[in-house]
Amino acid sequence: MEGLEHSLAIVELFNKIFGKPTAALLGLAGIRVKDPSRCIPDYIVMSLVVVVFLAVFLGLAARKRRLVPGKLQSALELIIAFFENLLVDIIGPEGKKFLPMIGTIGLFVFFSNVLGLVPGFMSPTSKLNVTIGCALTVFVYYHFQGMKAQGVFKYLKHFAGPIPFLAPLMVPIELISHFSRPVSLSIRLFSNIFAEEMLIVVMASIISYLLPLPFMALSLFTGFLQAFVFVLLACIYLSGAVAHEDEHA
Amino acid sequence: MNKNLKALGLLLFFAFIAAAPLLAQEGAVSESKASLFKLSLIVAGGIITLAVAAGAFCQAKAISSACEGISRNPASAPTIRFLLLLGLILIETLVIYALLVTIIILMVKWGAYA
Repeated sequence: MEGLEHSLAIVELFNKIFGKPTAALLGLAGIRVKDPSRCIPDYIVMSLVVVVFLAVFLGLAARKRRLVPGKLQSALELIIAFFENLLVDIIGPEGKKFLPMIGTIGLFVFFSNVLGLVPGFMSPTSKLNVTIGCALTVFVYYHFQGMKAQGVFKYLKHFAGPIPFLAPLMVPIELISHFSRPVSLSIRLFSNIFAEEMLIVVMASIISYLLPLPFMALSLFTGFLQAFVFVLLACIYLSGAVAHEDEHA
Repeated sequence: MNKNLKALGLLLFFAFIAAAPLLAQEGAVSESKASLFKLSLIVAGGIITLAVAAGAFCQAKAISSACEGISRNPASAPTIRFLLLLGLILIETLVIYALLVTIIILMVKWGAYA
């Protein structure tokens, strides 16, 4: 799947500026780079583009906050209210403290999915590397929050199931189902975005600039839907890890 | 006169776009392994077709149950809508797994490696 792409102008520019210093830094750590002018892969550059865009845009938009909001402020408040309502619906009232992580993941995944439609850019989430990173972040986060909310040993005891007699049967089943979560999260997001992009490429090879247009519109919708599903599943895993304390109260 | 010129220009534009060459993939598959290559294409097509058929049937069942549930109890529509979306996404994930396998099969040039 490597031979399908051509190199993008922004990636080459970034490598021209930062390629040699990065190769030198990696050489200090003992890693030898084959080609310093192609040291930084395209998905890392695109992830940096998304991160810088979100940080700059949302940071600038949050500067002047008025009690009666203007247009941009009310649009952004709509987005934050959407995430907050999702968290409170699924986890309960103490779900609000997970808003930074869930909001970040949702916005990052959505803008990464949509970035591939802009000419000259590619979606970082169309590579398995980036989606495995996002899925592992969610995995580590919900286990950490579960252990923080209930204590390490009490959280681990939940793996044994309700009856301690059935523990040798329940523990492998629970372990497998917990490890299948990051696998399914990463492969779902990667396959959706990669297959959509490949469909656009095939359509563009039939009639160049016209035929991909309806498929790009569909790709906007599925990009949003996949980001929503990623966030929804992250909230459900969080609620499964954190909400046990109410049951045993 | 101006309108005719604009129409002619638009026609030429579309004609040039539609005549863009198709991307051709070249490679050498040895003659003795050509049947393996053909078989791999048929298998890939079969995998994704079966997966999509099963997935579409199960999603149809989910949607019809959700519609019936909402029609019996309209006040529970948000809950049922949430469960419906969750179920549809989980079923679609399985179809996407099969699509991933098909893409991998199609990307490998079977029979080119002796």
